[in-house]
Amino acid sequence: MTEAAAGRVVLDARGVAKRFGAVAALKDASLTVKAGEIVALMGANGAGKSTFVKILTGALRPDSGHIHIDGQESRFTSPAQARRAGIMPVYQEPSLIPDLDVGDNLRLVDAPIEPFRHWVDALGITNLRLDDTISQLPLATLRILDLALTLAKEPKVLMLDEMTAALPTDLVERVLTVIRGQADAGRTVIYISHRFAEIARVCDRASVLRDGVTVGDFVIEPGIEEKIVELMLGGVPTRAEVTGAHIRAVSSAETPRLRVSQLAAGSRLADVSFELRKGEVLGVVALEGQGQDELFDVLAGFRRAQGGTIEVDGKAASFGHPADAIAKGLTLVPGDRKDALLMLRSVRENIALPLLARPSKWGAIPMREEAARVTGAVERLQIDMRAQAEVRRLSGGNQQKVTIGRWVAAGVETLLLFDPTRGIDVRTKHQIYPLLRELAAQGASILFYTSELGEIPLACDRAIVIFGGRIVDVIDAEAATEQNLMRAAYGLTEKERAASSSAEARP
Amino acid sequence: MTRVLARYGWSLGLLAILAILLVATRLIQPNFGASGLDSLARAALPFAFATVGMGIVVIAGGIDLSIASIMAVAGVVAALLMHQMGDANAGWVVLIVLTRVPDIVVTLAMLFVWEGVALLILNAPGGAAAPWLRELVVGAVTIPGLPPELTSWLPRALVVLIAFVVIFWLPLRRSKLGLSIYAIGSDQHAAFRSGVPIGLTRVAAYGFAGLFAALGGLSITLSTGIGEPIAGPYLMASVAAVVLGGVALTGGKGGLLGPIIAVFILRTLRLDLTLLSVDPNVTTIIEGTIMVAVVMAGGLLAMRGRR
Repeated sequence: MTEAAAGRVVLDARGVAKRFGAVAALKDASLTVKAGEIVALMGANGAGKSTFVKILTGALRPDSGHIHIDGQESRFTSPAQARRAGIMPVYQEPSLIPDLDVGDNLRLVDAPIEPFRHWVDALGITNLRLDDTISQLPLATLRILDLALTLAKEPKVLMLDEMTAALPTDLVERVLTVIRGQADAGRTVIYISHRFAEIARVCDRASVLRDGVTVGDFVIEPGIEEKIVELMLGGVPTRAEVTGAHIRAVSSAETPRLRVSQLAAGSRLADVSFELRKGEVLGVVALEGQGQDELFDVLAGFRRAQGGTIEVDGKAASFGHPADAIAKGLTLVPGDRKDALLMLRSVRENIALPLLARPSKWGAIPMREEAARVTGAVERLQIDMRAQAEVRRLSGGNQQKVTIGRWVAAGVETLLLFDPTRGIDVRTKHQIYPLLRELAAQGASILFYTSELGEIPLACDRAIVIFGGRIVDVIDAEAATEQNLMRAAYGLTEKERAASSSAEARP
Repeated sequence: MTRVLARYGWSLGLLAILAILLVATRLIQPNFGASGLDSLARAALPFAFATVGMGIVVIAGGIDLSIASIMAVAGVVAALLMHQMGDANAGWVVLIVLTRVPDIVVTLAMLFVWEGVALLILNAPGGAAAPWLRELVVGAVTIPGLPPELTSWLPRALVVLIAFVVIFWLPLRRSKLGLSIYAIGSDQHAAFRSGVPIGLTRVAAYGFAGLFAALGGLSITLSTGIGEPIAGPYLMASVAAVVLGGVALTGGKGGLLGPIIAVFILRTLRLDLTLLSVDPNVTTIIEGTIMVAVVMAGGLLAMRGRR
């Protein structure tokens, strides 16, 4: 690490900004990386990390700002150009072509075969054949192959986006060893990760993004985690205004609405167990890609679980299709409203859709009943009906109200909300929290994943924290400050508990 | 061994079906021989070129609806001027790339454009084909020094087809351009992140399709001796052969060997049904049914294999 400080500057990005329509994803991002250094790029969900990475690797063009490679100004217009300049990313989604075999993928990007084989061996993948088709290989292997292929091309700057996600621990060890070796050989690595333990082990420095602005740059040393968490949140957060009044005493003795035991799915969701009680809003807190997507997909019947059980009202349930889950009263409001709405149809049709979905109701539509239910939902959610003819012309907040409103009209029992307030305005957000409380007070159970930690104390009774596909903490609303939630989401509280059984962990 | 089977299984299966059909032809028509094979190959040639062109575009994740009318244009131009039109299609694909209009819209528009162009050039079948060029596709192969009995069963049309595919496709399949064509059809995002130039690759794929369509048009003129301005049934036939040949319509999967064999299967089937004097309307029903059955069977086998 001492030698690294003496290295020359390889990549220097300053004042990088990017807007998507009205949203400023990046305002002022900077990053300086020297030869022989591993720098961690950190930031909470939505801080602008992925936009920054896409700009550095040529997949997006910045609106303003300068990027210098080896002292020369670079303006990349495509990933191919960035690659020629020696900046090579390994994205979370493997960039391998699924229908080609390994050998063809190497030829496609002009990667030499012998070095590739060397790295594949060094990274611990045995019995790989060059004529294996990519689509037949498991995700963990693909990520390793993607890394080996990139290493074989001898990158000047290696950019790793959540490289160790979805990898088993023995492979993680090898990956960390290999990239440390790259840095020691004088190359440069930008390491994007949520995992503090790994960052502390291999990185020299950490650069922190918040709301599209680079807010700090630290040398990694013991105890730096707290400082980084604080910075990612924006100073010590003032305790959110929590009104204890809404938190209803929920008896844990009665049968829970939903009981999930040891649920596992895909490569990310490993082992999750929890209970969702009647009349409860249960928050779900997780960094990106910790298994929450899989959890909601399984509960909504979009995919099958590989292990574990689901009980609804004390009865075992398994869903092969979203209709099965809906029949049991479990309804999903997805994060992307486009997944849920018929964008070209009217507000009324969208709200009425679940009422009419069952084949037994394929006959004539009972117009009067439908109108009453739809009008009720529209009033209750205060949906702005001025642009009601086509849902796509509604604002994001109003669209989200429609996706929730359709289940209110259908008579909701269990609502699965996946980041419902993403990208909607503050006023609408503050209409949605009381609505959730109100629905819960009427007996509905709500599972509420949000990427904005500040929402947990406003809407939830409890929150479960998922990290690496497992539940690492359960936090009551009173204790759910952003800082506590963030520490738990990064797996820090679990580590503390494991490390010191004598010293009591702070709530 | 199992890997070879997995990779070429579809083509081998198609070859088996073709062999069965040829044997059946021989049983129906005991004097089916060299001349029968020659006319079969000649009839199949334009279909095969159309299918090769369509196959390349479909592998790249697109579709080209204008293929039959490009063939008509190339055919009539060839008949009038006796030189071919070549790569007329590539220019129009720039439109697709620049404006991001879906392929299906632009190529549909081009279908009408080329249809009109063909009729403007020649409003009724006419023109002529140079005799020495006709010689290229009519009759059997003769190799100096070898007795004609040895080569009489090998139609020239088949040799021409094989020659073009070997000269163009095999080097392409192993080249970076060929891999890029597979890559953009397989996963456009992954291809973009790997640094594949998506736009250029698509232009190249449509360019090859245009080239092969033009060759197809030329081959019609050569085997009939005149130019035909009305587009033949090559669009649907080429899509059918591509699908039957094991190319996924979603792109990225399959090769050109399968579709070419599929062309011969469909042609032989039609010949057999004609020889059996089946009503032509029933013939299309049978062809369609067999296509769906084969593709479904293939899908079932693939699902089995995955487990």
